[in-house]
Formats: sequence, structure tokens, C-alpha cells
Amino acid sequence: MLEAILALIKIGVVVFLVILPLVMMLILAERRVSAFIQNRLGPNRVGWQGMMQPVADGLKFLFKEDVIPGHVDRFLYLIAPGIILFPALLTFAVVPFGDQLTTYIGHTLVTIRFQIADLNVGVLYIVAVASLGVYGLVIGGYSSNNKYSMLGGLRSSAQMISYELPLGLAIISVVMMSGSLRLQDIVVDQYEIWNVFRQPLGFIIFLVASFAETNRLPFDLPEAEQELVGGYHTEYSSMKFASFFLAEYINMITASALITTLFFGGWHVPFGILEAINLPVLWEQIIQILAFSLKTLFFLFFFIWVRWTLPRFRYDQLMNLGWKSMVPLGLLNIVLTAIGIAVF
Amino acid sequence: MLLQYIPILVLSVIALGFAAAVLILTHVISPKVKDPVKLTVYESGLPPQMEARLRYPIRFFVVAMMFILFDVEVIFIYPWAVVYQQFLAYGSFIFWEMLLFIAVLFAGYLYLYKRGAFKWE
Repeated sequence: MLEAILALIKIGVVVFLVILPLVMMLILAERRVSAFIQNRLGPNRVGWQGMMQPVADGLKFLFKEDVIPGHVDRFLYLIAPGIILFPALLTFAVVPFGDQLTTYIGHTLVTIRFQIADLNVGVLYIVAVASLGVYGLVIGGYSSNNKYSMLGGLRSSAQMISYELPLGLAIISVVMMSGSLRLQDIVVDQYEIWNVFRQPLGFIIFLVASFAETNRLPFDLPEAEQELVGGYHTEYSSMKFASFFLAEYINMITASALITTLFFGGWHVPFGILEAINLPVLWEQIIQILAFSLKTLFFLFFFIWVRWTLPRFRYDQLMNLGWKSMVPLGLLNIVLTAIGIAVF
Repeated sequence: MLLQYIPILVLSVIALGFAAAVLILTHVISPKVKDPVKLTVYESGLPPQMEARLRYPIRFFVVAMMFILFDVEVIFIYPWAVVYQQFLAYGSFIFWEMLLFIAVLFAGYLYLYKRGAFKWE
């Protein structure tokens, strides 16, 4: 019973107090950072430094007219935003954002794991659920009955399934190092040295693939404005339109958290700082969660940074990179890792 | 062991509820102004030509098939990756085994490459 209440609290805090507010802040951050990079100001009037801008935008989305065009496949058109939002919210569940804390609540000894669900197949769960996101894009693009949407949906589905292979291959090399599919075990395995130093090639493959999976520049072909108007969400309006972006930003958060967990030691604090200063257990946990958050925030900034720095790929370049470079490199990385483990 | 999935179940109910709530809320409170022009297909301001769901390039179909082929092979590697370090203690058979598997996979990859399956003009 206590476990169930704890799980509910964790879900409530993570989804409604961390991820959704973070999405709003990210949208603001994107506009401010892009303004900074392009040497202009960006939105800074609503609230302190424009902090209330995303709230204003969200309210506006809610009160805009919800047009359902006459030519769409009504049922599919209506459920597509839901289909894309659902897996996006679900993926974060297995990412560990801290170690565990054993404490008394009332008179019972409880172990609080800082993770919504501690699955023993965590990595597989992420690969499985994340790939469900393709359905939302395809159904959205198909049901709109618009040429731009159709093309955007086709492109995005081909892109996402192409880059899922390198993503899986890069994860395999990490799993070989830890010998476990549990993300908590993968973090503990990196106590001595982070995976980014043991798996530099795997890290690069994973990074590129996760950019392609989240449809971010330089791989945002599905929504290339200049060619496709808006891509798969051209015919959507109001909050349905916003759902696609909500899902994209949630996916970005999950991708950053995953890069941190798999390659940058998750909640592990580097250089043995925690062991050196000897804090009470509770503070140790808080610092570890802070370390995880900082690393994740850095990668979120990195996503935005890359978006406003690199130009967009052409579609044939994208497919060539995926199939001709990333897949063989991923296979090579597995063989190299196997040899490395056998020799050392 | 299935108990560990209960938080996932709870989360999926919440996620479904959230998605439904957002979409229904906007449907209920948004203003409705009827206008026949608003309901037509968007095509950069021109009158729409033809249906949108025309025939599309076979390339996309080939990509989907290649994905299914390779993704299944990748899933086969996962269990091997988990037990690799443990089994290495009993000799190097596990290494050569997977090297052969990857070699066969790579031969298939080279065949597709030669047949021009990855060519995207």
C-alpha cells in the first residue's frame, strides 16, 4: 500500500512538477537562446525575463479555434495528437534520477527508489515505447489528407525507423559493459569511469541517433518549413497542434536524461567528491539528484545550441548517413567492445 | 516479478488521461466560427489539386522492410550482450559465435548495399 502511494507521489512529482514545467521553460529557453545566438533580445516582457511567456502561449493555444478540416479522416485525425503524447510521457518512467534512500516513514522502514519503475528490462522498455512515437506522426500525416502532411509523415517514419537501428546498436555496447539491462545497474557500473570514455564511438552514434529520433535540427526533415510548410502537423490547430510540440520537447528531455544515464554516469558525482566530504545520507541523495539534473540540463542546452548552429541536412544525405555510416559503425563498435572486454 | 510494472500501468492511465483531457478541453472551450473556406485543404493558397494519398515512392517501402530485417537481428544481440562478460570466463566460444553472427549479418548488409538498396537519389 505504502509502495503504491510512493509510486503515485513519484509519478505526480516527476510528470506534473518536473517534466511539464520543464517543457515550458525549454520553449522559453529555445527562444531566448536562439535570440542570444542571433544577437537579439527574444521574449523578455511577460514576467521576469519573460518567464511567464510560455504560460501565456499555453493559454492562447487553449483558447484558439479548434478547426477540424472537412477533408480529414476524422477518427484518426482526432486521436493522432493523443497517440504521440502517450509514449512521450511514458518513456521517462524507467530513467533513474537518483540512488535509493532507506528511511523510516512512521514506524516502517521503507526504501525509496528515485525512479518511477525499476524494471529489469529497462533499456528494452525504452527502445520499445520510444518507437511507438512513430505511429502518432504517421497517423497525423496520413489522416490530414494534405500533400504536405503526407510527405512529412512519410519522411518522419522513414527517418525514425532508420535511426532506431544505430540507437539500438549503441545501446548494446553499453549493455555489454554493464552486463545488465537495468538502468540502475548501468549507472552503478560507471562508478569508476564513465561510459563516454570507454565508449566514445558508441556515444557519438547514440547522440546522432537521438537527434534524429527527436526530429531536431540538423535532422528535422519531417517539419522542414521551407519545403513542407509544417510537415505532419500542417492541418492541425489549437491544442492539437501544441501536442505535437509538447511531445517533441518531452522526447528531448527523455533523450537528454538517457544520454546522461547511459554515458555520463547518471546521478554519479564525479571525482569522488561525495566520498571525500562525508555528508548525511539525505544530503548525499539530494546532491546526486542535482548532479543528474545538471547533466540533463546541459544536454538540453546542447540540443538547442546545435539547432541554432547547424544547417539542415538534405533528405538523401540523412538516409545515407543513417544506413551507410551509422549502421556499419554500430556493428563495428559492438565487435570492438567485445574484443576490448575479452582483452582487458 | 510482474509487480514492478504496476507504476507503469498507473503512469499509462495518467498519461492517457492527460492526453485526453488536453484535447477535450480545447475542443470544449475554444470558439467556433463556421466558414466553408476554412475547411478546405491547405495548399499554399491555391485551389487543391487531386487527392493527397497518391502513390508514393517505393523507397519508403524498402526502408521499412530493411528496418524489420535488421531490427530483428539487433534484438537477437541483446541477450548475448547481457551474458557476454559472465560467459567469457568459460572460454572465448561466445565471442567467435557472435562474430560469426555479425559477419553473416554484415554479408547481408553488403548484398543490400551492392543491390543499391541504400541509394537515395
